[in-house]
Amino acid sequence: MELDSLYQEVILDHYKHPLNKGLSETYGAQVHHVNPSCGDEVTLNVTAEGGVINSITWDGVGCSISQASVSIASDLLVNKSFAEADAILDEFTELMHSKGTKQGNPDVLDDAVALAGVSKFPARIKCALLGWMAFKDAAVRIKTTTGGE
Amino acid sequence: MAFSVANVRQDFPIFERTIRDGKKLVYLDSGATSQKPLSVIEAESNFYKFHNAAVHRGAHQLAEEATDAYEGARLKVAKFLGADEEQIVFTKGATESLNLIAYAMGNAEPGTRFALTSKDKIVVTEMEHHANLIPWQQLAARTGAQLSWFEVTPDGRLDLSNINAVITENTKVVALTHQSNVLGTIIPLKAIVARAHAVGAVVVLDACQSAPHMPIDVKELGVDFLVFSGHKALGSTGVGVLWSSELDDLPPFLYGGSMIETVTMTAATWAPAPRKFEAGVPNMAQAVGLGAAIDYLTAHGMSNVHDHEMALTKYLIEKLLQVPDLKIVGPTDLDSRGGTVSFTVGEIHPHDLGQYVDSQGVAVRTGHHCAWPLTRKLGVPATTRASIYLYNDESDCDALFDAILGAQKYFA
Repeated sequence: MELDSLYQEVILDHYKHPLNKGLSETYGAQVHHVNPSCGDEVTLNVTAEGGVINSITWDGVGCSISQASVSIASDLLVNKSFAEADAILDEFTELMHSKGTKQGNPDVLDDAVALAGVSKFPARIKCALLGWMAFKDAAVRIKTTTGGE
Repeated sequence: MAFSVANVRQDFPIFERTIRDGKKLVYLDSGATSQKPLSVIEAESNFYKFHNAAVHRGAHQLAEEATDAYEGARLKVAKFLGADEEQIVFTKGATESLNLIAYAMGNAEPGTRFALTSKDKIVVTEMEHHANLIPWQQLAARTGAQLSWFEVTPDGRLDLSNINAVITENTKVVALTHQSNVLGTIIPLKAIVARAHAVGAVVVLDACQSAPHMPIDVKELGVDFLVFSGHKALGSTGVGVLWSSELDDLPPFLYGGSMIETVTMTAATWAPAPRKFEAGVPNMAQAVGLGAAIDYLTAHGMSNVHDHEMALTKYLIEKLLQVPDLKIVGPTDLDSRGGTVSFTVGEIHPHDLGQYVDSQGVAVRTGHHCAWPLTRKLGVPATTRASIYLYNDESDCDALFDAILGAQKYFA
């Protein structure tokens, strides 16, 4: 069924057993993003040192897609430079807007390729992007306050 | 039940299509927008095909016909509400109707009836749709008036225990929904109107969820303003209604063509209501579409529509309560409630539930339903909502029931 392309096993796993959930006590930037059309929320703590992201923790409420996606992002983007993270984020954003025409490169996106099916469900794309847009916002804030260091 | 749902469904072209690979369309989202009978679609289309011209202007035949059609729709709306024609204003929607009232009050000359100051109070409720909350928040912010509200009890009713403390001598406006778009609760209007009028306040009633589903008589309700949207009442999108017995005292909101009496380079005077509130060329074809919708509803009888929906609501609630882990958010008794039922199902997030039931052809609404303060108060970030209309029957409720059980298996 078409629905199975949306709810991949990997996604439901991340939803039931989220990674990095629970906010760190300290952070370089904390952001809170909401999806105003549905009420999904995520708070993200990001810490970086020497231009490398060394911690992403989060808390939130929302659907399986939004929560699994932030779990995947928090795992994937850690230990990456800002430039690397930006490149991954761009690739993920492109995948989400691909209307089901792209599979996603697992070497770059890892578990996030499991979200490829979301691109066929226009109403859910913003669910999948919620955590990633929060990360983007946090990264900009860190770079502005520390110059990326 | 004085009409056959099977016959009704034949009047709605959309039920001829299928959903998600050939499944029957089970449309349980009429609280968001209703489907349209062919007569409405044709009325709108025929206006463009045969009668299109700017109303209230021009001396030609088309302008006459367009004006007749548009004003004919106004008369239908007036009769539908038990009101006079000159008390009916066409707007772009209920949201605009509510904004019109709030902005117009904000335009009132200091010292006049509707002018608000920091000494005045505006009263709303915790169960308002954003469209009947934010315009009042903003009016309060602009005028310095105080915004206060009735709270909602855990079982989804309005808490009137402190009515005299909420509606005080300083209250100028009480704006509230007739029926909650989330809970289905019908509010105890009589007591509120009595208290509001005792202190000289006007009552603004959001009837978006009630007027399409039950007989409405504005004189019986006793309110001062009532709004509803066309598209939730089988009508076209882009048309809403504002009814008021107090239009003469209310200053205009939008200025421009049609709404004037005389204009010089420095000043203008206003046409009498309702024209005073209809600046510019209105959404004529849509008003005509709404007129056809009201014909359709009236032909079936609003009492019959209401009886049908109440019987179906009883069936829907009983059916839903059989689902393990399902909690209804709002009243489960049929007393003072309508056919809008919100619920949660265990740990399944409403979006995921909505997505699954959609895969089975069932259309429901998920989220906070534009009533974020309410869902927050009730401790549920989001709910799933099923809302019925005259074209739904027990098989639709059964399909929802089966789909929810399917979702529980899928997300187990």
